[in-house]
Amino acid sequence: MINKDRGIRYVAPALAVLLLITAYPVFYVLYLSLHRELLIFKISKFIGPDNFFFLFQDDRFWNALKNTVYFSTLSVSVELALGLCIALLLNRSFRLKGVTRAVVLLPWAIPTVVSARMWELIFNSDFGVLNYLLGAHINWLGSPSWAIHAAILVDIWKTTPFVVILLTAGLQIIPGELYRAARTDGAGAWKVFRTITLPLLLPVILVVLLFRTLDAFRVFDVIYVLTGGGPANATETLSLYAYKILFQTLQFGYGSAISVMVFVCTGCISVFYIKLMTGSTPR
Amino acid sequence: MKRTLFYMLLFAVIFFCAAPFIWQIITSLKPSGELTSLPPLVSMNPTAEHFRSVIYRHQLVRFILNSLIVAASTTGLSLLLGSLCSFGLAKLKVPFSSPILAIMLSVSIFPPIATVSPLFIFIRALGLRDTLLALVITHTVFSLPLSVWILTNFFKTIPDDIYHAARIDGCRSFHIFYRIMIPLSLPAIVTTAILVFIFSWNEFLFALTFTSTSSRTVPVAITLFAGTHEIPLGEIAAASVIVTAPIIILVLLFQRKIVAGLTSGAIKG
Repeated sequence: MINKDRGIRYVAPALAVLLLITAYPVFYVLYLSLHRELLIFKISKFIGPDNFFFLFQDDRFWNALKNTVYFSTLSVSVELALGLCIALLLNRSFRLKGVTRAVVLLPWAIPTVVSARMWELIFNSDFGVLNYLLGAHINWLGSPSWAIHAAILVDIWKTTPFVVILLTAGLQIIPGELYRAARTDGAGAWKVFRTITLPLLLPVILVVLLFRTLDAFRVFDVIYVLTGGGPANATETLSLYAYKILFQTLQFGYGSAISVMVFVCTGCISVFYIKLMTGSTPR
Repeated sequence: MKRTLFYMLLFAVIFFCAAPFIWQIITSLKPSGELTSLPPLVSMNPTAEHFRSVIYRHQLVRFILNSLIVAASTTGLSLLLGSLCSFGLAKLKVPFSSPILAIMLSVSIFPPIATVSPLFIFIRALGLRDTLLALVITHTVFSLPLSVWILTNFFKTIPDDIYHAARIDGCRSFHIFYRIMIPLSLPAIVTTAILVFIFSWNEFLFALTFTSTSSRTVPVAITLFAGTHEIPLGEIAAASVIVTAPIIILVLLFQRKIVAGLTSGAIKG
């Protein structure tokens, strides 16, 4: 560290725009959530926490919360399990490793809406290739019970690469001697995995879970394109519900109240994982 | 035997990742009449009609240009602000530097939906609705945490001695920044640039809410693609292929850098 320079001059521009575009909106969204705010009629009236009272009696809100929790839990757990398997598979030397890694990265790199469009075509109930290959007639996007799982499948396809990349990096920093030592002691593959790989990978797994849960919890793009929240709100998540209230019915007060709830949930998830992380790494 | 199993599993992984792309390419080449029937899986009479249609009738080129302008400006601005800030945080004395870094990182977990309503009002008040500038501003800010995180971590690995030596030679800190730090950090800067570019190119929620017609970006255009009679399957497939191609090239060329960027911090921190 160097004393003489006033480093704040370098930090200030970034900090200023960041506070202007993020901190200010966070307070403003709280302000909006306490108002009856109808943009087109120029109505803005302070109503206290009424929006939140209404929210707690709103079945559509509870439905959206349930969908969001279901979506995040299922997609993140499958992504973690699948990602771990793929990371273990790729964690050895073989020919064309670079190309394989690039192919695995592809779904992560393309726009989510494009991937949703791709899968929409595959899921089509009349001439989609999935039904053709399965010889089935499943209405993937049109029936409430299938649609949410179809969306989860797209999310798994899209974000497992991210999990694989982080876990592969985590695997590489586990010292090779540990494995060799375990082998000499006659430990089987499963035992090695359980007693060496898993515990040493745990910090990385927690980071992955944190990132992925936060990301899945605010899911918007996939569902907006794939089902628009339908059929019968079976796939409507919190972000989508907030978006519809904000920009389709233009109720900025109530929509902001839903946004605040997303924010609160996200905060709770972060605190939960950060607690877990600080607990798991003894210092 | 074990080796065969390994390659079979590997093939399954590659197939799972690549199959939707391949199917998209196959679909984009099918003549309109064959789009709604299976079999055949692959058309015997491939056609470029959908590609012509998205380029000439649907103005895809314009949306691609919009996306390019937004993503390139975002990358430039985010790197400029991010590298200055990281230099300050990593090498200079800044009061409250750890809380500042913590605030910046906490922004990256903000759900965009929670800030979209105030930002919409803000942008409307500034008269920036339906402009590319509105997207450049928001994308820059939401990518700043990533830039600052990667670059601060990298700058910290450059020895302080270099800085001291330059100081003794009479260099001002800003000269040290752009004559010494920037050239030494090129690998990290390229990594950051790629990640920010991909983030901005793919961003959807802000692009959907802040733009309406002339400033649409590719993700929005592809979402709102509508035909005159039915869903233009062939055109959607062709458009997807066109916008995915540059990303595929980017990933094939820079996969090492992308991996390095994604894992920086997540593993160490």
